[in-house]
Amino acid sequence: MNVREKIAKRVAQMLQNGDVVNLGIGLPTLVANYIPENIEVTLQSENGFVGMGPDPLNGQTDLDTVNASGLPATIMTGGSYFDSATSFGMIRGGHVDATILGAHQVDQEGNLANWKLPGKPVYGMGGAMDLVAGAKRVIIAMEHTVKGEPKIKQKCTYPLTAKRAVNTIVTDKCIFEITPGGMVLIELASGVTVDDVREITEADFFLHKDLKNGQE
Amino acid sequence: MSKIVSLDEALSHVIDETSVMIPGFMGAGTPDKLVEGLIAKGVKDLCLICTDTAFPGVGVGKLIERDMIKKVMVSHIGTNPETGRRMNQGLMEVDLIPQGTLAERIRSAGAGLGGFLTPTGVGTVVEEGKRKIVVNGKEYLLEEPLKAEVALLRGTKVDKKGNIWYNAATRNFNPLMAMAAKTVIVEACELVEVGEIDPNNVMTPGIFVDYIVKGDA
Repeated sequence: MNVREKIAKRVAQMLQNGDVVNLGIGLPTLVANYIPENIEVTLQSENGFVGMGPDPLNGQTDLDTVNASGLPATIMTGGSYFDSATSFGMIRGGHVDATILGAHQVDQEGNLANWKLPGKPVYGMGGAMDLVAGAKRVIIAMEHTVKGEPKIKQKCTYPLTAKRAVNTIVTDKCIFEITPGGMVLIELASGVTVDDVREITEADFFLHKDLKNGQE
Repeated sequence: MSKIVSLDEALSHVIDETSVMIPGFMGAGTPDKLVEGLIAKGVKDLCLICTDTAFPGVGVGKLIERDMIKKVMVSHIGTNPETGRRMNQGLMEVDLIPQGTLAERIRSAGAGLGGFLTPTGVGTVVEEGKRKIVVNGKEYLLEEPLKAEVALLRGTKVDKKGNIWYNAATRNFNPLMAMAAKTVIVEACELVEVGEIDPNNVMTPGIFVDYIVKGDA
């Protein structure tokens, strides 16, 4: 299992039975592969359906059902389709239990920057700003650093996607929860120490009194 | 009066500088025959309102790469590098709008509302130039309705009164745009007799539709 798969697997373990979840593109998409078998999670696709299933097999392509990346997708029995206003009403209205997204930067106040990089081509925010404004729980799944540079900051310097929106950050090194009192380290990945985390994290954080050591 | 018209007749409502809504998510739900018709007609300087600019050679992406668009109001352009290139060269204006806000602005226009309050975009560049209103201690942005002169829809099944049924995830922006434009044209992938779509299954009532063009499918 590579680093990205490990992160995806850990995030999947945080989901609860009955959750409606929206997965962002990239690493978050991998979370679908690791949802524990003993829980039922319903995936929401922002373009207008719930009950997204596994990727279609070759040759079974229905061009009328695509995922948020525009690629062929499937819907499971019991799923439903709807228009975009309903989809984003679902998202903004708090009917989605968790959204899992990647990030360029997150800071200790829970501010998130994940839609625009200075000096890079502009992609647009798509549905990201609505997702982080409305989902009950915003989980960021990302590698702890980019080219050695910390992504978890005291203050985001890139254009924001939302203010004070992030609840949880899951990286290859550890897990942080953002609380009103500040950022709290709640779990270390296997073989990682608090000092290791300090070395690669710009943000200030507290240690949870029951700080856990993750298992391989 | 029959709503069924030829492609040319339907597209006579789109001229240079017309504002046009075209639904679709990365091409799924976009009326391809109507888009090809616009290309054949050669209209230019359109204001395009759409979810995303799809991929090169797909859906509304074809209008972008033929330089037919003066301004696009859209949530995502990342899958079509042609859009960003034109924006950076100053050839086309790009107004980026969060997807949920875009959908609701169109819905508001069609529903006769003066706008709505959304938490989306508070504390970001999206709030620039907008009124911020606090309701029960929470900040919202006032977003205004968005309408167009023409909407070009794609119905999987359309009856001769213009009642529409959409298959799967092709619905997306179609029913919203159906209510938000002065002239509404639907491409019927399958054109059926009145009564063949159960009234319970009609997703866009025919009273919103002005013209029907038979699709090639």
